[in-house]
Amino acid sequence: MSDSATKEPLSLEGLQVSGNLRSGRKHVLSILVENKSGVLTRIAGLFARRGFNIDTLTVGPTDDDHISRVTLTVDGAIHPIDQVTKQLHKLINVLKIRDLEPTDTVARELALFKISADGAQRGELMQIAEIFRGKVVDVTKRSVIVEVTGTTEKVEAFESMVRPFGLIEMMRTGEIAIARGRGET
Amino acid sequence: MRAVDAVMECLKAEGVDVVFGLPGGANLPTYDAFVDGGLRHILVRHEAGGGHAAEGYAKATGRVGVAFATSGPGATNLITPICDAMMDSVPVVFITGQVRTELLGTDGFQEADTIGITMPIVKHSFMIQDPLEIPRAIHEAFFLARSGRPGPVLVDIPQDLSRAEIPYEPVADVRLPGYQPTVEGNQKQIRQAAKALAAAHRPVIYAGGGVVNANAGAELVEFATSDRFPVTCTLMGLGAFPARMDGGPTSPPHPQWLGMLGMHGTRAANYAMDEADLICAVGARFDDRVTGKLSEFAPNAKFIHIDVDPAEISKNIPAHIPIVGDAKHVLAKLLVEYRALSAPSERLSEWWERIEGWREKYPLTFEDSADNEIKPQYMIKALHEATGGEAIVTSDVGQHQMWAAQYYDFPAPRRWINSGGLGTMGFGLPAAMGAAVGCPDRTVCCIAGDGSVQMNAQELATCAQEKIPIKVFIMNNGYLGMVRQWQELFWDGRYSHVETGDYPDFVKLAEAYGATGMRFEDKNTLVDDMKRAIATEGPVVVDVKVTREENTYPMIPAGQAAREMVG
Repeated sequence: MSDSATKEPLSLEGLQVSGNLRSGRKHVLSILVENKSGVLTRIAGLFARRGFNIDTLTVGPTDDDHISRVTLTVDGAIHPIDQVTKQLHKLINVLKIRDLEPTDTVARELALFKISADGAQRGELMQIAEIFRGKVVDVTKRSVIVEVTGTTEKVEAFESMVRPFGLIEMMRTGEIAIARGRGET
Repeated sequence: MRAVDAVMECLKAEGVDVVFGLPGGANLPTYDAFVDGGLRHILVRHEAGGGHAAEGYAKATGRVGVAFATSGPGATNLITPICDAMMDSVPVVFITGQVRTELLGTDGFQEADTIGITMPIVKHSFMIQDPLEIPRAIHEAFFLARSGRPGPVLVDIPQDLSRAEIPYEPVADVRLPGYQPTVEGNQKQIRQAAKALAAAHRPVIYAGGGVVNANAGAELVEFATSDRFPVTCTLMGLGAFPARMDGGPTSPPHPQWLGMLGMHGTRAANYAMDEADLICAVGARFDDRVTGKLSEFAPNAKFIHIDVDPAEISKNIPAHIPIVGDAKHVLAKLLVEYRALSAPSERLSEWWERIEGWREKYPLTFEDSADNEIKPQYMIKALHEATGGEAIVTSDVGQHQMWAAQYYDFPAPRRWINSGGLGTMGFGLPAAMGAAVGCPDRTVCCIAGDGSVQMNAQELATCAQEKIPIKVFIMNNGYLGMVRQWQELFWDGRYSHVETGDYPDFVKLAEAYGATGMRFEDKNTLVDDMKRAIATEGPVVVDVKVTREENTYPMIPAGQAAREMVG
């Protein structure tokens, strides 16, 4: 306590606020939770009562039976992400939360598109699917189902391309994400 | 042994000396265990009374309160106390019975999804699915309830599982990998806070219920008086800093005490916050009743925010120096760091002149009656005198609560027990019951409203049967007074369903319950009358007739800034 750093006075004017700031971008939160009944309800309920919107939510097992991973995306333009993560941390069953940096993350979602496709249009549709590395997984006389995997942006680009053909249905999983490099997510 | 007998052993191992509850079908096995369990149980007349009693016990003693209820309606009757305990961070373990596992989800008799219903209002809850889990769940429930930011924890036990035979061994550890509260506080941040305090010319310490919960009253006083820091407390923090020098009713006010802040706080406290250059919040959460209009709250201040719950920091007001930690640890370290800086006290002289000016110009005051009519404010001052300022005081919610907060001048923590966050009418009487059970050597008074008290008056039967000597002083103005005040001030005096009239006759009601009933109407004898009531054995209910249309002032109208205080 006698070091010079301690004695150096501080100016109140120079103090900056920390936290409670809106980042203005999408955040992917990767959350490890105990695999116990009701955990997802606790998370969903927390978001609902605090007025946070979940954009996408996926839940799946991890390599440990006792632990599941929840990946959810939240809009940081609307919500202060640090308040969202602090509230999540208060849930006793939440073990770890990582707010994944977009540049250091591989994020993917799976989407299935059921599209009207009469004989004449089918060729063009197949070409588009190929450009997006989509896979045709079902064909009838009047429709095809295409499977697309990729980032949200890619899935949405595909959607806008095929919508003019007559989009009958679309199913999206929401993103899962993993940190790049050797370290664990 | 039976799982329910293990429950008794767990409670005893946790140091529980009393359980408040009411039996029913789904917790019949649990109640059978009480017969030989060696644990005191107090039979309440409504589960809400039991829940609030457990809260009152916890707030008065600092130990974990315990309330039991059966499934379905028993559990749903606990909702208000559970939510109340969540809002005010009260450590209570609730143990509810549940229908047999084979009936779960079938809309069985007295089945309610207790875990689901209570999920948003508990710190945590345990749905027992295997009887072997019971001892661990109970111990973890106590650990969670009392540690970190305290709160309510619920354990729901299906009837058939509670009867199962299990081996019982004391559980020594808890396995809660997702729960590691930070209590110590970051040393670098604390040093930064000390420097900011040393640099401040217009600082205010704003202390809340977190100081009481952390048993940090002594640390707060020591830190605040290490320099001439002005101190204000929230409704929940009252008593954390003594209002008077030595607590006694004739002793002078503490020179550094500004009074309570917020909607019905003192002008000195609210104006000091408004003009402060640095606010040091300790265990407080910038509630809307404190801040008023958020965008105009303390416009010139930087904020140090000390709280054991990181989610409170920067939730409403962004902090400049956040410190996650328990008030006791952090204040002790802050004191050391601050002393090392030897900041000159003279820098605060101008600030104190300003504060003294407000104190002189706007003291907490009321116009007393010219005759023998009892003004509500006078009633609180009389109770302060009659109890020597030494009672544990509980209250309901409304005008009487605010006057009690303003005029009782609490000398120490855990003497003021009220429902701040949820604002629960009917809290005071059962909370007094719990406080009296927890602190049998201290006078326990409930300052009640004539509207509020009826919401849990049935617990007078419990008090009479168990000889719990609470003294209930009903501030009777024949109105739901706070609502009437708002209708008068903000709704053009159009009174809508606020008059309660002369019903019931509280003296007769008290007597019917087996308590002593009294009625006081004369200001001139009030102090002596109150002393007589307090000296009367057993539970006493006093109907104090007060001025009917008195308003609680001063006041920051809802949604306005501190500068707009009226009255």
